[in-house]
Amino acid sequence: MTAKIQSKVYRFAVYAGAFFSMAVLLLIVGYILIKGIPHLTPELFAWEYNSNNVSMMPSIINTLLMTMISLIVCVPLGIGAAIYLTEYAKRGSSLVKIVRMTAETLSGIPSIIYGLFGSLFFVVALKMGLSLISGALTLSIMVLPTIMRTTEEALLAVPDSYREGSFGLGAGRLRTTFKVVLPSAVPGILSGVILAVGRIVGETAALIYTAGTVAKVPDSVLDSTRTLAVHMYTISSEGLYINQSYATAVVLLVVVLGINGLSSFIAKRIGRSHT
Amino acid sequence: MNKTLHQVGESPRPIFRKQALQEGAARLLFTLTACISILAVVLICVFLFANGIPGMAKIGVWDFLSGQKWKPGNEIFGILPFILGSIYVTAGALIVGVPAGLLTAIFMSRFASKRIVKVMRPAVSLLAGIPSVVYGFFGLVVLVPLVREVFGGTGSSLLTACVLLGMMILPTIITVSESALSAVPSSYYEGALALGATHERSVFHVVLPAAKSGVMAGIILGIGRAIGEATAVMMVAGNCTSMPKGLLKGVRTLTSNIVLEMGYAVDMHREALIATAVVLFVFILIINVLTSTLKRRNS
Repeated sequence: MTAKIQSKVYRFAVYAGAFFSMAVLLLIVGYILIKGIPHLTPELFAWEYNSNNVSMMPSIINTLLMTMISLIVCVPLGIGAAIYLTEYAKRGSSLVKIVRMTAETLSGIPSIIYGLFGSLFFVVALKMGLSLISGALTLSIMVLPTIMRTTEEALLAVPDSYREGSFGLGAGRLRTTFKVVLPSAVPGILSGVILAVGRIVGETAALIYTAGTVAKVPDSVLDSTRTLAVHMYTISSEGLYINQSYATAVVLLVVVLGINGLSSFIAKRIGRSHT
Repeated sequence: MNKTLHQVGESPRPIFRKQALQEGAARLLFTLTACISILAVVLICVFLFANGIPGMAKIGVWDFLSGQKWKPGNEIFGILPFILGSIYVTAGALIVGVPAGLLTAIFMSRFASKRIVKVMRPAVSLLAGIPSVVYGFFGLVVLVPLVREVFGGTGSSLLTACVLLGMMILPTIITVSESALSAVPSSYYEGALALGATHERSVFHVVLPAAKSGVMAGIILGIGRAIGEATAVMMVAGNCTSMPKGLLKGVRTLTSNIVLEMGYAVDMHREALIATAVVLFVFILIINVLTSTLKRRNS
């Protein structure tokens, strides 16, 4: 009899837990959307930011620039590192172990530490100042492990027969990697890159002290900028623009969730094409 | 998986000198890119420690770590309140997030139909994708007023921070625990059923203990995320510099201390903030070591 009751308690707890998690998600997304969408006014998308319109347009453009520059830096590095790990390195070499370990360490470091490091290294030591480029470089270190890991997984998923075939036809390792292995791993790599974009777009703590908070489109990469997430943080902590904050949150949420959705959509398609 | 050929085997011998040169250059280039992550970790360590340790030494390591007062204006730098703040907030987040996350994982791997799982998986990754500033804003406009109405006080408190962080670590715990639970061989579950246990008892007394180390790995990852979170916590925790006094009083964590004051700090104050980051970094390194030990034990 007690066993029966116990089973019922377990069952109830499991359903309650699952319900709680899903309720949290619905509550956050639903609340932001319902409260924010009515406040999406055209003036929030004016070209110039001022304290009257609290426009997020400059921040949106800055976010695009920031994402682009970060990707230009980190995508080649991440893919190169993954190629080394899967195609070139000997198994169990100590360099591979160290690279894996450091990449794992990097992925565990919180964004505020990246922000502080960026401000010590790029902003002060390399004299780049609070700027677009300091922020982008900081972010590219931050997302490097993501790109490395997803690319590595994508490369490992390429069947060895592809490589054998290419070697058999007389191609060298370099040619095999670029003409055979990489092209068939593109969807996997792409889903990793998109994941990294999602992280860049949503990042705040790493940017406040590296890229700064100037709400205007920069004239050069050495100017301070504010991305959409930092914009959101600034206006919501000022507390004066609560409606505009809701609207900005909607845009940020939709963009980031769209990006993540795209990434998992691509990842799923690879899964299907391989089975 | 068979990966012997491209891992161990010799690359076919290049025929032309130009090709040999290219191959050598490519190998060098890829090796160098792989070393970037090593370089990054070394640089981060060097810059943090070189800028933080001298400040810590000047204040006195023990005074710094155990000092109960943080008054930058009077050159008093004690971060015990923030260390405790970080620990309390993280512990609270675990109390909120682990039971819910674990039960959700159990639901997804052993109770739910395939159709429901198909909806829940993307939902969980959606939850993981929400930026922390949006979580923070949600906390600010929903949780803070809620706590104020129900429990009194200002609403910006340890409790609010715990609940918000608990929500934020849910996806980490769900994903890792679910894959650990699904990896348990079905013979365990079937064996328990054959011995007369109910479905629920089999799952809780046989499958769950078998997935223990995977679940632990998820929890540790969650701890890492909770202790490192800055933006969201800062927006709801009240941030007062005194020792944490209670669930409904404000707290400040190591992370929020850095974000809040780095903007205007100079000289000793700045060094003390970097030293704060060093302490946080050491916490994170310990968590990383724990994670990789667990991973090694699993495999």
